[in-house]
Amino acid sequence: MKVVLQELTKTFPAGGRGVEAVTAVNNFNIEFPDGTLVGLLGPSGCGKSTALNLISGLLAPTSGKIFFGDEDVTALPPEKRGVGLVFQSYALYPHLTARQNIAFPLENLRGKDRLSKADIEKRVAEAAKLVQIENVLDRKPKEMSGGQQQRVAIARALVKLPKVLLLDEPLSNLDARLRLQTREELRRIQQETGITTVFVTHDQEEAMSISDSIVVMNAGVIQQHGRPQSVYDDPCNLFVAKFLGNPAINIFDGEVKNEKLFIAGEAVLDVKGAPEGKVTVGIRPEGFVISENGAMSAEFRQLEVMGRDVSVVFESSAAQGRSRAIVDASSASVSGTRICFELKREKVHLFSPETGERICFNG
Amino acid sequence: MEKNNRKGWLYLLPAAAFLGVFMIYPLVDVFVYSFEEGYNSASQSFFGVGLYNYSYVLRDPYFLQALKNTFILVIITVPLSTGLALIISLMLASIEKVRGFFQTVYFLPYVTNTLAVGLVFMILFKKTAYSDGLINLLIHFFGGESVDFITGPYWAKMLVLCLYTVWIVMPFKILILTSALASVEKTYYDAARIDATPRWRVFTKITLPMISPMIFYLIITGFIGAFKAYSDAVALFGTDLNAAEMNTLVGYIYDMLYGNSGGYPSYASAAAIILFAIVLTITCINLMISRDNVHY
Repeated sequence: MKVVLQELTKTFPAGGRGVEAVTAVNNFNIEFPDGTLVGLLGPSGCGKSTALNLISGLLAPTSGKIFFGDEDVTALPPEKRGVGLVFQSYALYPHLTARQNIAFPLENLRGKDRLSKADIEKRVAEAAKLVQIENVLDRKPKEMSGGQQQRVAIARALVKLPKVLLLDEPLSNLDARLRLQTREELRRIQQETGITTVFVTHDQEEAMSISDSIVVMNAGVIQQHGRPQSVYDDPCNLFVAKFLGNPAINIFDGEVKNEKLFIAGEAVLDVKGAPEGKVTVGIRPEGFVISENGAMSAEFRQLEVMGRDVSVVFESSAAQGRSRAIVDASSASVSGTRICFELKREKVHLFSPETGERICFNG
Repeated sequence: MEKNNRKGWLYLLPAAAFLGVFMIYPLVDVFVYSFEEGYNSASQSFFGVGLYNYSYVLRDPYFLQALKNTFILVIITVPLSTGLALIISLMLASIEKVRGFFQTVYFLPYVTNTLAVGLVFMILFKKTAYSDGLINLLIHFFGGESVDFITGPYWAKMLVLCLYTVWIVMPFKILILTSALASVEKTYYDAARIDATPRWRVFTKITLPMISPMIFYLIITGFIGAFKAYSDAVALFGTDLNAAEMNTLVGYIYDMLYGNSGGYPSYASAAAIILFAIVLTITCINLMISRDNVHY
């Protein structure tokens, strides 16, 4: 089931005592194709959970429309939308066992949808098998690990065969090792069920690694929507460029003169078609190649060995604070205090210093 | 280690001494008194040791009256006040705008003096030479006969006592239940909404189990409190409760010690031990039931 958001806006009204009105979701126009896994990504407070709650129906939009397939569900209450929602805290009922928790949505069905006991048991068993928790079905939530609770929550959301599955920060309560494991699991479950899935996260790595497409949000506004790799490779503005990538993109003050890019007075790259004037330059850490006669020079600070790669920490007069290049361990034989780089063209992005919008140039 | 232990005991000493002198010693003493036959507090002498005090108390019609009154009071007021408090708390939780105001209103009886509330009940229910009381006026309005609630038939007096007790104990229960309801995480209700849970099922399967520890706490303390009722009856019917047929167990014990018919610490002690045994039994039963029904 594809999900379409049309001019969707949610404004929380101003409260008393100087609480200002907040537009948490500002004019969303977006379509999530059927059967895809979409990551809603943004810093804390950017409105991504609000967007999720609008899709679930727990919040009503101020304006705009939501479609599931061709059906307008904007006015439908959450219980009639057929969505599965996994809460950040899981919201498993503490007094019920995993089995009872998973069966809960099915026992709610009334009228023609009513299921027999045997059917409920069968569906619970299927859901438990899908998320691989058959062995803890008779435990209560507090007797389970965080990862198991998380799976029970997913099973409870999936057992009623929702049209859309929504997950709010699904991995944030898990420890690092479990998080890696669970996100692969999430991908597998989504692919096995083929349910259109939207999940919210502030962790860009998490979103990039498993999503078919990611939506980067900031301050209630969609910044960019696309496949993770293309958003990373072609950020449309400085915010997206800074938000994606770990280590983060390096930012320098630069200037374009005569179709050449200058950083700290050195001409580092040919930039045909870029308008003259001051620019903000973003260079991915992997965009540097150490070279004795490299066009860009900087003050060498230290090496951080990471095994396969080496992280070169350096300072440039055109940047605030330290910058970081990631190079192959074999090429990193640095001596002295100056270090020179060649730049990889496709890893260098220019942005307008005023608006942060991307400035395009070609080779 | 040994030294630390001694220090620990030293810290405990003030509290332990107070508890020992004012709680534990009297408890033991009451137990001892209850078996001393013909104890005379002036000469500190007694005739013998045995169960005579118990058999006297258990055959005393005033004691049996007090026992009956207390049981009726407990059985009617505890479920009624807890149930009403739950309903009121649920209604309070479902309104948003003037909740604070209503919470204050419902809490007011708790901070009001028992005797003051008793006075108000007298005005409502008492029949005097000049007035029939407000409730009787209402009964007249609906075409009924006057009832003397304070000095009249037994059922009328019991009704007033029960109403009064419910009124007195409800504010605390409402306070506890309102905060218990407020502490249930909102996401559980969101999850239930997403899953299209019918309202009654939300209540029985989510709300009730979540606040069940507090409900059982209120029931247990409610039972204990109602068994210890005394001042409520005094506030309504004066100090001569035996004459009014409205005595309670604690009232009987008091009368045996200090009342007009008083001066019998042995009988009072025996009655106190019987009351203790009843409360202990009921509390144990309550705890056993709650262990099976409180889920976490």
